[in-house]
Amino acid sequence: MESIRQLLASIPNYGALPELLRDFIPMLVSCVIILLYVAVLGMFLVWLERKVSAHMQDRLGPMYVGGWHGWAQSLADGIKLLLKEDIIPAAADPLLFKLAPIMVFVGAFAAFVVLPFGMASIVADLNIGVLYLLAVASLSVVGIIMGGWASNNKYALYGGMRSAAQIISYEIPAALALMTVVVQVGSLSMQDIVTAQQGGLHKWFIFRNPFTFVAFFIYFVCSLAEVNRTPFDIPEAESELVAGYHTEYSGMRFAFFMLAEYANMFVVAGIATTVFLGGWTQILPAALVPQLVPGPILFSLKTLFLVFVQIWLRWSLPRLRVDQLMYLCWKVMLPVSMVLILGVGFLAVYWK
Amino acid sequence: MTLNMGPQHPSTHGVLRLELQTDGEVVHSARPHIGYLHRCFEKHAENVDYPGVIPFTDRMDYVASMNNNLGYALAVEKLMGIQVNNRVRCIRIIMAELNRIASHLLAAGTYGIDMGSYTPFLHCFRDREKILDLFEETCGARLLYNYNWVGGLMYDIPPGFEKKVIDFLDYFEPLVDDLNRLLSYNYIFIKRTANVGILPPDVAINYGITGPNLRGSGVKFDVRKDEPYLGYEEFDFDVQVGVGEHGPVGSCYDRYIVRIKEVKESCKLVRQAVAKITPGDVQESIPKRVKPPAGEIYMRTECPRGELGYYIVSDGSLKPYRVKVKSPCFTAMSAFHEISRGAMISDVIAIVGSLDIVLGEIDR
Repeated sequence: MESIRQLLASIPNYGALPELLRDFIPMLVSCVIILLYVAVLGMFLVWLERKVSAHMQDRLGPMYVGGWHGWAQSLADGIKLLLKEDIIPAAADPLLFKLAPIMVFVGAFAAFVVLPFGMASIVADLNIGVLYLLAVASLSVVGIIMGGWASNNKYALYGGMRSAAQIISYEIPAALALMTVVVQVGSLSMQDIVTAQQGGLHKWFIFRNPFTFVAFFIYFVCSLAEVNRTPFDIPEAESELVAGYHTEYSGMRFAFFMLAEYANMFVVAGIATTVFLGGWTQILPAALVPQLVPGPILFSLKTLFLVFVQIWLRWSLPRLRVDQLMYLCWKVMLPVSMVLILGVGFLAVYWK
Repeated sequence: MTLNMGPQHPSTHGVLRLELQTDGEVVHSARPHIGYLHRCFEKHAENVDYPGVIPFTDRMDYVASMNNNLGYALAVEKLMGIQVNNRVRCIRIIMAELNRIASHLLAAGTYGIDMGSYTPFLHCFRDREKILDLFEETCGARLLYNYNWVGGLMYDIPPGFEKKVIDFLDYFEPLVDDLNRLLSYNYIFIKRTANVGILPPDVAINYGITGPNLRGSGVKFDVRKDEPYLGYEEFDFDVQVGVGEHGPVGSCYDRYIVRIKEVKESCKLVRQAVAKITPGDVQESIPKRVKPPAGEIYMRTECPRGELGYYIVSDGSLKPYRVKVKSPCFTAMSAFHEISRGAMISDVIAIVGSLDIVLGEIDR
């Protein structure tokens, strides 16, 4: 945001604009940049998922649209979804039905604001960054349950209810796992967390101490549940609930759900990267190799690797049952993350 | 809440409709409604001549057509007292067992999808395609073969077929272990299927359940062993039963793993049958007119889903007076309400999938 403001200030006569506009334009510009980024990213991740799954399954996946390995397939699908008839079921609640995909998308979109892509590439380095992330991430629950309810479809309702129970439960161990790092850094700001890990691989929180090492895996598993990915995709379990909460959605509204899902995948992987894998910092210490790769690229690569792991898991694992999912959360994840918090607290006090 | 699952639903394996009375995720009662795929097979059979029934049998259990043809052909042969030569018998066994492999692959793959795992499905279908290629080479069809005729076969196998079958088995047998690593021994998969949908042996016998579903409950019954036809008694194979590795015997996992083990047994059978093939004319005992003497016959065979029985009443004319099919899927489905009581919605899917029903055969 700061860099955008400086860039805009270099335009001649920019300073002559009223102050209100001078505040507003940088916000608008950064919003548009994020929106474009999310849209392109969503399409790229859809394509990536299709290719990865295809190769895991002895197929080729999209090969024709756009030439090289069907790179434009998602673009074509997006256009197709845009042009589709906008169907609102007669028995649905029209207002909530229209609002739900927007809510879900806003949740995913808003999280990008605090993702630190690089030292200067962050929209807003809030001093409560981690809390803000946890808050906006749960916004999608509201949208999902809204969509499930408004569709007036029993399968959608089941999907919505399952999703609400799942996401809210898994937020607790996920948050506790993040807190282990926050305790060590002493700050909730995303940039502070990243800068605390500067200096190479061994400084990353995943390798700092055994507690944060376990916390990374706890967070990763919980984040899978939060974004409804296999093995925790029970809210949209195709073989049980048809399509879960978006059973009745079609066309662009459906595309918004999809886009939000893939954006959320990137967001949770981005959080894991920022908090545990050193964010935009270099992989090897400066003493060993020159620091050539720019931060945003490193951040994206690390995050995409985690996204790839998510895709990998999705296409190799079966799905849990609802009660097993809750068991895992409340009886395994939660106690373990409590212990981690205690351990990290102990370290912070006695192991300075 | 009443949840109407099907007839258009991704995992009801065709057009089954389940009426579930649910309380949250728990299912209090499940009532299957069948008949969406009823095509009057038995009535049709009364209006065509004996060989003309065979294409209809294809369309009952459309993923195991070879076995359906076989049962009917054997029934009419028994009624007419026709003896087929060794070549026909061996080829029939090869085809029946290959078809069993294909059918069990489909069952395992779709069961993976029911459990939320997509990749095993496509791996199974990749290998099933290779079997279908072999069938296509033999009789020109990939799904509905019309291959086993009364008294013989539609065509002889093409030259080099035996080698291709052995090549396929060499390629395929290691892949069964791959499938096991990917799906059968997966911790989540075991958690989802063991302890779910338990069918005790006495209940299974009372409901007349046969095939892998019965063997999954630990009852050692296989028509190929207990009432051999086609010379199965000369072959060396084991009847696989569920042993309850991960929970009570008769769970969904047992029914599933019995199918996987049977695939390996079928591979053994095919190898033996290929070794036993002798030269001969596969059409030498096909009668000019299929006109059995008046009488009735019940012939049962082990099709991939269980005991497939044909009850044929002949009045001595060119058309059967009555054809009644004892469908293994129908009996399996009849026990469904018994074993799904108190299950969760996800378990209902697991149970339907583990029974491996084909609606084409239930409804006929």
